[in-house]
Amino acid sequence: MADSHIDVRYVANLARINLSEEEVTRFGGQLEGIMAHIEKLSEVDIEGIEPSAHAHDLSNKVREDIPVQSLPTEGFLQNAPDQADNQLRVPKVVDA
Amino acid sequence: MSLAASSLSSLRRQLTSGEISSRDIVEDVIAQISSRDGDVGAFLSHHSEDALAAAEKADLSLPLGGLPIGIKDNINVAGQPCTCASKFLKDAYTSPYDATAITKLRAAGAIPFGKTNLDEFAMGSSTENSGLQTTQNPSAPGHIPGGSSGGSAAAVAANLIPASLGSDTGGSIRQPASHCGVVGLKPSYGRVSRYGLVAFGSSLDQIGPLTHTVEDSALLLNALAGIDPRDSTSLEDPVPDYTEGLDAGVSGMKLGLPKEYFADGLCPKIRERIESAAKKLESQGAEIVEISLPHTEYAVATYYIIAPAEASSNLSRFDGVRYGNRTDHPADMLSLYKDSREAGFGSEVKRRIILGTYVLSSGYYDAFYLRAQKVRTLIRRDFQEAFEKVDAILTPVAPETAPKMGAASGDPLKHYLADIYTISANLAGNCGISVPLEPIDSLPIGLQILGPHLGEKTILRCARAVESV
Repeated sequence: MADSHIDVRYVANLARINLSEEEVTRFGGQLEGIMAHIEKLSEVDIEGIEPSAHAHDLSNKVREDIPVQSLPTEGFLQNAPDQADNQLRVPKVVDA
Repeated sequence: MSLAASSLSSLRRQLTSGEISSRDIVEDVIAQISSRDGDVGAFLSHHSEDALAAAEKADLSLPLGGLPIGIKDNINVAGQPCTCASKFLKDAYTSPYDATAITKLRAAGAIPFGKTNLDEFAMGSSTENSGLQTTQNPSAPGHIPGGSSGGSAAAVAANLIPASLGSDTGGSIRQPASHCGVVGLKPSYGRVSRYGLVAFGSSLDQIGPLTHTVEDSALLLNALAGIDPRDSTSLEDPVPDYTEGLDAGVSGMKLGLPKEYFADGLCPKIRERIESAAKKLESQGAEIVEISLPHTEYAVATYYIIAPAEASSNLSRFDGVRYGNRTDHPADMLSLYKDSREAGFGSEVKRRIILGTYVLSSGYYDAFYLRAQKVRTLIRRDFQEAFEKVDAILTPVAPETAPKMGAASGDPLKHYLADIYTISANLAGNCGISVPLEPIDSLPIGLQILGPHLGEKTILRCARAVESV
């Protein structure tokens, strides 16, 4: 199995979360303990075993292509932290 | 007995005979909560006026007509907050729609009442990870109620409301039911729609009832079960009447005791209670056999890869753009995401997001996530093979009675390892129920009865037999 040392700061950036210095240290220790337990899985013979993404063997379900009513705009926007002109407003993403 | 302390089935009889009205029940629930929930801390919010208005219009001809049901605060109820016990959503989110489970409860005449406390985003097994408040174990203040549906279990156990809904991703209905001394049912994966349940581990999550009695559990499952076009994992299989044949007993049933569930780490007194419950079922005509679920020792490791992986993906939606907490004056988009998430999430949620992101990240996916999915196949096979030999499986729910608050703080792995008896049913998609046994030193414990996929009728019948001795 892979090296179980976790670069917490690198992973936190992938997950788009800021962590304090204290959290980086604390989580680092705790996660190494958890990964040491997870290491157990390397004992299991998985040769030729299919992975299960779900508890049952599911297949795609498609519905009839008939338009149905979805949540109205005001439903989507009622919890928006910031909005303008019936749209969500966020800081500028791309400089002109 | 106060109305709020009564079973749904007995309230139903009193309602239809005209002895009481739905308003009487809802008023008693409001009175019980206002006088006693300050000590318990089961509810995060409730809208008394809405519930009283619904009680006035209750249609008593419906199977749950006029009966108030508490709702775990990760299930959307239109017009009410849905905090998931997270600061990220507190005062920053009102549900614009009903979850399908709520639509179905309303269609059966029930009144969704109040939102109950949980571990933040259902991540935990003590309700201590709530970002908003503490919930006490009603049987033993100072002890945890279990979790993550700790508010729902405590609300029923403290006789604040006759029944409630929880959600179970790794034991989050069955374990608090066991610790609080109520009945908790996790339906088979796909039996109940997940639409409107805030997703934690999408391949594991199920909504289910917490009740005083097994009959009430069946009554609620009747209302909740069934296919939903909005959840493509919900099952088309017909929904039987789960109350029918409840009292048929266990004569002729074959019940398995998995040897791996009675190994080291299980409190000897709990083992004794489970074995004595098995003996009683044997005396009622069941055949008890020892079985093996050989991959049990890998269940915790498998679960703590798959569940955080799914959670890290599901919780990416909490980014401060569409709803919930947004940091003030973000410099750019990246800091909007990162600062909003830092301020909104508690430690356990951050820890699981980091763990899940790590096991899915480039270079580690095959070693951790893919391997865990393969071991999941082996765990599923263990159960498939076991259910060729037995009708249901009897196990403990948790290795100990409800610990004191703070007992495992700072040691997340200790909490995770205590999930050993409940998480396999989520990985395999089976149904399971916790039914109360005689308490140990006044701390409740439950017997877990696991059934095959869609074997709810079997485990309810078996649980009813346990309850009646």
